[in-house]
Amino acid sequence: MHPILKLIAQRLALGLLLLLAASVLIFAGTSILPGDVAQSILGQSATPEALANLRRELGLNDPAVTRYFSWLGGVLQGDLGTALTNGRDIAESLGGRLKNTLFLAFWAAAISVPLAIFLGLLAVRYKDRWPDKLISAVTLTTISIPEFMIGYVLIYWVAIKWRMFPSVAIINDSMTLGAKLNAIAIPVMVLTLVVLAHMMRMTRAAILNVMQSAYIETAELKGLGMLKIIRKHAFPNAIAPIVNVVMLNLAYLVVGVVVVEVVFAYPGMGQYLVDHVSKRDVPVVQACGLIFAAVYIGLNLIADIVSILANPRLRHPK
Amino acid sequence: MTEPLLKVRGLKIGATAYPPGEKPVAIKIVHGVDFDLEAGKVLGLIGESGAGKSTIGLAAMAYGRGGVEITGGEVWVNGRNILKENLRNLRRLRGAEVTYVSQSAAASFNPAKKIMEQVTEAAIFQNKFTKSEAEARAIELFAKLGLPDPETIGNRYPHQVSGGQLQRCMTALALCPEPDLVVFDEPTTALDVTTQIDVLAAIKEAIVATGVAALYITHDLAVVAQVSDHIMVLQQGDMVEYGTVDQIINHPQEDYTKALVSVRSIDHQEKTPTDTPVLRVENVTARYQGTNFDVLKNINVDIHPGQTLAVVGESGSGKSTLARVITGLLPPSDGQITFDGRVLNPELATRPIEDLREMQMIYQMADTAMNPRQTVGTIIGRPLEFYFGLKGKAKQKRIQELLDEIELGDGFQDRYPAELSGGQKQRVCIARALAAKPKLIICDEVTSALDPLVADGILKLLLNLQKIEDVAYLFITHDLATVRAIADSIAVMYQGKVVRYGPKSQVLAPPFDDYTDLLLSSVPEMKIGWLEETIESRRMESAGN
Amino acid sequence: MKNIPISAMIGLFFTGIYFLMAVFAPWIAPYGMAEVVGDVWEPSSSEFLLGTDSIGRDLLSRMIYGGQTTIFIATAATILSFTLGSVMGFFAAVSGGWVDQTLSRFVDLIMSIPSLIFALVVLSVMPTTVPILILLMGLLDSTRVFRLARAVAVDITVMDYVEAARLRGEKIGWIIFRETLPNALSPLVAEMGLRFIFAVLFVSTLSFLGLGVQPPQADWGGIVKENKEGINYGIQAALYPAYAIATLCISINLVADWILNRTTSLKGGRG
Repeated sequence: MHPILKLIAQRLALGLLLLLAASVLIFAGTSILPGDVAQSILGQSATPEALANLRRELGLNDPAVTRYFSWLGGVLQGDLGTALTNGRDIAESLGGRLKNTLFLAFWAAAISVPLAIFLGLLAVRYKDRWPDKLISAVTLTTISIPEFMIGYVLIYWVAIKWRMFPSVAIINDSMTLGAKLNAIAIPVMVLTLVVLAHMMRMTRAAILNVMQSAYIETAELKGLGMLKIIRKHAFPNAIAPIVNVVMLNLAYLVVGVVVVEVVFAYPGMGQYLVDHVSKRDVPVVQACGLIFAAVYIGLNLIADIVSILANPRLRHPK
Repeated sequence: MTEPLLKVRGLKIGATAYPPGEKPVAIKIVHGVDFDLEAGKVLGLIGESGAGKSTIGLAAMAYGRGGVEITGGEVWVNGRNILKENLRNLRRLRGAEVTYVSQSAAASFNPAKKIMEQVTEAAIFQNKFTKSEAEARAIELFAKLGLPDPETIGNRYPHQVSGGQLQRCMTALALCPEPDLVVFDEPTTALDVTTQIDVLAAIKEAIVATGVAALYITHDLAVVAQVSDHIMVLQQGDMVEYGTVDQIINHPQEDYTKALVSVRSIDHQEKTPTDTPVLRVENVTARYQGTNFDVLKNINVDIHPGQTLAVVGESGSGKSTLARVITGLLPPSDGQITFDGRVLNPELATRPIEDLREMQMIYQMADTAMNPRQTVGTIIGRPLEFYFGLKGKAKQKRIQELLDEIELGDGFQDRYPAELSGGQKQRVCIARALAAKPKLIICDEVTSALDPLVADGILKLLLNLQKIEDVAYLFITHDLATVRAIADSIAVMYQGKVVRYGPKSQVLAPPFDDYTDLLLSSVPEMKIGWLEETIESRRMESAGN
Repeated sequence: MKNIPISAMIGLFFTGIYFLMAVFAPWIAPYGMAEVVGDVWEPSSSEFLLGTDSIGRDLLSRMIYGGQTTIFIATAATILSFTLGSVMGFFAAVSGGWVDQTLSRFVDLIMSIPSLIFALVVLSVMPTTVPILILLMGLLDSTRVFRLARAVAVDITVMDYVEAARLRGEKIGWIIFRETLPNALSPLVAEMGLRFIFAVLFVSTLSFLGLGVQPPQADWGGIVKENKEGINYGIQAALYPAYAIATLCISINLVADWILNRTTSLKGGRG
C-alpha cells in the first residue's frame, strides 16, 4: 500500500476514535455530573414519587455504562431517542433543522472563504502599506466583538433604519431560493464578518510564511514576475496551510451558527439546541451536541488529510 | 582595454533595522567598495560574518535581501549600470546574464516541483532555450557535475536527493541559462568535509568547462584559494586587500589578511598518556528510544588527566551522542563509564552531585546555552553557589577572578548575554564550566559557530586554562584543523564506531584506514592547486585498485 | 512610562476605566441595580443618561453593575484557566513521557468538541449559578492555556541552558521557576489578555442565550437579551452593552499586543 494511503487510513481511524471518545464525553457530561436530570426536569418542588417514576422511565436507575451503550447503539442505527419535553422523535425534528443550518452555513462559507482569501492576498501584496494596516485594524475590531452584537448592529441599521433586508430570518420549504436568500441575508453577513477576520489573518500569515521561503527568492533571482512566482511557486505550497485555515474557520462557523440562529429566530439546529438546553431536555442536547462535535471533528479531519495529500515529501517518498 | 564584465564603483549598501518599540535605525552594511571582474574569471570574496560579502554578491543582481537596500554607487554589468535599470529590465538580467547559487540548496529548491522543471525554468522563461534544448543542457550539466543518473535525476523531487547532490543541482540551475556571471554564496559551507571536496571539484570543473565568470563568496580562505583567480578580503563592509590568489595566500600585506592566512596554526605539543585515565569509556553501545539501530557501537576510549581527547567525525557519526552518554542524558544499553576511578551511574538523575560537579559541559551555540534573562554574574555565580555554597562578597570575588581568567575584565557581571559578542558568550560559558572546578570539560563543537579568528582565540584560551587548572577536555568537533591545534589523543568516529584511536602523532600519521584517509585528504589546505592534486591522486588510487 | 505607544495608552486608559467602574460600581451607579425608576425605554435625558430599559430601570446603572458581573466572572474564570492550564502545561512539558502523553491526549479530546457546545451540554443538567459558570468556563478554557504553556515550555526545555541546569544537578523547582518561567512569561501574559477577552465574550454569549447570569442580576450579555425587542422599534438600549464589550475587548487586545512587543525587546529578551 502506498504510505500515504496508510497515513490517511490512520487519520480516518483516529477521527472515528476521537468521535467515539467525544460521544463518551458528551454522555458523561450529562449523566455523571452531579446534576440530576429528573430533578432538573421536575424542579425542586417535585414529590419523591414523581421523581422515582421519571427516573425509572428514563432508565436512570441503570448503571451509566449500560445507558451509554444503549444510547450509542441507537445513535448508530439513526435512532436519536425521543425528546422529553414533547415526546417527539428527535431524528425527525432534527432533519429539517439540520438542513436549514447547513443552508445558512453553506452560504456564509460561500461568501466568506473567497473573500477572506482575496483580502489575505491583498494584505500580503500591500504588506505594511495602508491596505494591509486597514484590513488588520478592521479585523482586530471584529475579533473583539461578540456575534450577537454584530447581529443587532446590522439589524438596527440594515433592517430597521435602511429597511433593506428582514430582521427575522424565517424560512420554510415552500419559499423560492431567492426568497430564502433574502431572508437569510443579514445572518449570512453576520457569520461572514465573524469568521472573516480570523480567516483573513490566518491566510495572510500562511501566505507570508510561504513568501519568505528561500525558494521564492530563487524564483525572483530567475527574473520571474511577481504573479508568476505566486502562481507557480507560492501557490502549490500555500494550498495546505490555506485549506487548514479554511477548515478551522468553518469549524468556528459551526459554533457561530448557534448564536446567530437565536438572534434571528432562524429555524435551525442551533436554536433547537439552545431551546432544549433551557428546557433541560437531555436527549435532545446529547443528540445535537454529538452532531455538532461530529461536524467539527470532520472538518478538522479534512484539513489533516488535505495537508497530507499536499505534502510532496509524503506524496513522493524517497 | 575591453570593458570588464562586472564593474563595481563606490558600492554602498544599507538596511533599516526596526528595534521593537523604538524608531527605525539605518544601518550601513557596505561602505563603498570598488572592483572589476573580467569575463571568464573567478573573484573570491572572503570575510567573516558581517563583512557584507553576501550582500555585495547579490548587488551584482541589483537585489537586496529582506530590508537591504543599495544606497549608492554603480554596478555595471555588460556595460550597463544595473542600479539605474527599471524592474522589467532587471528581471531580464536576473536568471539570464547573472545567476545565483545559495548556501542552502535544500531551502532554495521549491519542495513541490521536480528538479528538472526548476533547473530549466529560468532558461526557458528568459527565452534562452526551448524546453527540449534546456532539458538536454540540464542533463549535460548534471553529467558534468558528476551527479548519478543524469538522465533521470531531474525527474526527482528535491527531498529525494542528498544534500551534496542538491547543491550540484543548484549549480546546474545557475549554469543552465548560459549566464555570463554566477554568484556562488557559500555553496559548500553547509556540507560535510568529505562531500565538500567533491562538490567543490564539480563546481570548479563546471566553471572551467563553461567559461563563465563567477563571484565566489566564502569565509574559508582555503576553499576560495582553490577556485579563484583573484581574492578580495572584506572586513565589516570595507575592502581590506585585493590581489591575485598567489598575492593573498603567499604574500599578504595587511595584518587582517595575514591573520586569516595563518589561522589554525596553533602549535600544540601532545602530552604522553598517564597510567590512570580520568575517564574510561568501555564497550559502550547506545540507541535512542523508539529506534532500532545503535547510534554508538562498542566504543572504547580513555581521557587522561589534564589532557585533551578530540573526537572527530562528520554529521551522523555519533560523536555528540557519545557526549550525551557520558553526561548521563542517554543511558547506554551496554558498557560502562569509569570516572576518576569510580563507575558512573548510567542515569543522570541517580548520579551524586560530586560526579556532576567534576564533569562540566560547553556547548556549540553559546546563544542557547545561557538563559537570556540572567546576567553574566548570575550565570557564572550559580555553580559557585550551588556546589560550594559561596555567597555575597566571596562569590563576587570568585566571579571576578573567573572573568579575569577568561580575559573579560571588569563590567561584565551585570550584562545580559544579548549584549555580548559571539566570542564573549563562549568565554562566559567556559567560565561557568570552570566555576565548578571540574576534572573534565566536554566541549561540543565549541568553536564551530564562530568566525575563524574568534575561534582561534577560544582555542588558545582553552589550552591556556588547561595548563593552569589541569582540566581534561573531551573535544568534539568535525574540524580537523581544530583537532590538530588542541588534541593530545584523537578518536575518529564514523557511523557510530571509533575507526581510529590513539595519540595524535599516531592517528595523523600514515598508514591510514580508508575513512581517516578520506577525511584527512578532504580538508582544504591553504595551498594553490591543492584541489587538483587531491582529486588527481584519488583518481590514480582508484585506477590503481 | 514615556515609551508607551499611543494605541497601548488608549487600551490602558479604557481597561483602567472599566475595571475601576467594576470595583466602585455601588458608589458610581446613580440608581440601584434592579430599581425600577422610570418608564419603559425612556430616551436618554439628564436624569437617565442612557435612558431606561425594557421595564424602566436606569440603563446606565444596570450597565455599570452588569460590567461588574461580567468583569468579575471573566476575571475569575481567567485566573482559574490560567493557573490550571499553565501549571499543567509546564508540568507536562517538563515531565515528558507518559504524563505528557496522557494530559495532551485528554486535552485534545476536550478540544475536539467546540467549547460553546460543550458548555451547553453541561448547562443542560447543571444549575446556572455564578460559581458553576466560572468553573465551567475556567476548566474549558484551561485546555487552550495548557496547549500554549506546554508548547512554550517544550521550546524552552530543549534549550541548552536548561540541559546545562539539569547537568548541574538542579532540582525541578529551579528549572521551572528560574530557567523556564521567566522566558515563558511574555507569551503567557499576552495570552492572558486573549483568554480574558474570550471569557468576556463567552459569558456574554451564554447570558445572551439565557444560560448564563440569571435575572434580576445584570450582566452585559443579559442586558442585550432583555432589551433586544427594542431594536425593532429603533431603540438602541441593546446596543450599549455590546459597545461596552467591544471597547473593553479591543482595549485589552491593544494592551496585550504592546506587552508582547515590549517584553521581547527587553534587555536579554528573545532576539
